[in-house]
Amino acid sequence: MIGAYEITLVAVVSINLMLALGLNLITGFCGQVSLGHAAFFGTGAYAAALAAGGLSLPVVLVLAGLVACALGLLVGVASLRVREDFLAITTMGVGFVFLGFVRKQGWLGAEMGLTDIPDHGLGDIGFVGLCLALVAAMAALSWHIKRSWMGFGFAAVADDERTARTLGINAAAYKLAAFVIGTFLAGVAGAVYAYFTRFIIPSAFGFTVSISILTMVIVGGVGSIWGVVAACVVLTLLPEFSRVINDYKLLLYGALIVLTMRFAPGGLAGLVRSLVARRSTGGAP
Amino acid sequence: MLAVDGLTCGYGRVLAVRDLSFEARPGEALAILGPNGAGKSSTLMAVAGQVAVSAGTIRFDGEDVTTLSPMARCARGIALAPEGRRLFRDLTVRENLIVGGYVRPARDTHAAMERVLDLFPRLKERLDNLAGSLSGGEQQMTAIGRAMMAAPRLLLIDEVSLGLMPKNVDICYEALDALRRAGLTIVLVEQSLERVLAMADRVIVLESGRLAWAGTAAEARGNPEVVRAYMGGAAV
Repeated sequence: MIGAYEITLVAVVSINLMLALGLNLITGFCGQVSLGHAAFFGTGAYAAALAAGGLSLPVVLVLAGLVACALGLLVGVASLRVREDFLAITTMGVGFVFLGFVRKQGWLGAEMGLTDIPDHGLGDIGFVGLCLALVAAMAALSWHIKRSWMGFGFAAVADDERTARTLGINAAAYKLAAFVIGTFLAGVAGAVYAYFTRFIIPSAFGFTVSISILTMVIVGGVGSIWGVVAACVVLTLLPEFSRVINDYKLLLYGALIVLTMRFAPGGLAGLVRSLVARRSTGGAP
Repeated sequence: MLAVDGLTCGYGRVLAVRDLSFEARPGEALAILGPNGAGKSSTLMAVAGQVAVSAGTIRFDGEDVTTLSPMARCARGIALAPEGRRLFRDLTVRENLIVGGYVRPARDTHAAMERVLDLFPRLKERLDNLAGSLSGGEQQMTAIGRAMMAAPRLLLIDEVSLGLMPKNVDICYEALDALRRAGLTIVLVEQSLERVLAMADRVIVLESGRLAWAGTAAEARGNPEVVRAYMGGAAV
């Protein structure tokens, strides 16, 4: 039997994995740095909390994803006019606008959030199964996209948008597609979160959530699916096993971003690739 | 095929090309020569749509493409193999080629790739290597191949031989010659005067963004005016 603590761990790790895989699509695959992923996570959670009373679980999951990706499409269209670091600032602004909006909306519970979200009805084991199935599906989707024509297009736009355009690639369409898919996954993660906690408050979708997820993507290696999964699991569980790390979580995340960018820009995946390459060349430089 | 009339373009307030007119006829190889900073690459990029045109027109097959996006020009049959190759480093050679064919129907990809591999057999053994790990020659072959995946009617190619070993330059020029003989129109920018005059049908020479000389490759060979302009006005 698994206890409540283990179920909580699986749920929290799974939700972070869904968020990280979604952000990896936007930032890792398509090169668009987003600092507002928590806004899409929150949008999905609020949509699910409102819809859970009258709709079945699968419908709520899809609906939450769709509502989040509708916002993602909006931000994506706006992002076409800004580039790189300006996009990061824009998406950060979206995160703050989202928080400012929900905090003032009575129908969304304002600062107190929404409570009494209906139970998912799957039981503990069923819910763990749902979390794992969703993570597996999202990882498989990421892998499929990366190996498909869409993934090649994402990589081309991320690497050299100007050259990609010259080759006839519709960079704007690819950027939008990345935003829509990535934010859909964040919306689904939000719905899972709403069902798991059964109450949501605005502060659960703050800037620190966006930064935490971005840290997982950067430390894992932007664009690497297994790297992001590994970093996400480790960085989510570490604070659970060490009170000190939990107390200084943001400090640790910040330091990890700085160290990764300075010494291993390819993240965990880049380090492993270098080691494998070194071994295959017999240690030759 | 390609008619450039009164082209003026540049970067912000800095004009790289001024009032330039030339044409490339169907099936011919036109070389653009000139010293560094003459505006050769800017001319190619303006034709490909990467540099904004401030005056003049660019017509392709009779259609005014001056204001079309790079994507729209590519779809009409204009392909660019840019200076520095600019391959997508994190994609393999195969994937780079596939991306190059995105403007064509997916069903044409396999046949287009076969044609590229016939042109550059050396790429067959490199198909699954990351583009970033290739030698300079292999990168140039991939860049030309990637441009050819779009089945263009006009190939723009910038600095074919730059930084390449002579053997690889030979391979690239043999491929370009084969493409030209097959009817492709090629406009190329090149530093190596000897190489380009051996292949090109016609030559234009730019000096400080303006047309300094135009004629056939045969007329250009040994022409002191061409050599002077090519060397940037220095005494020969």
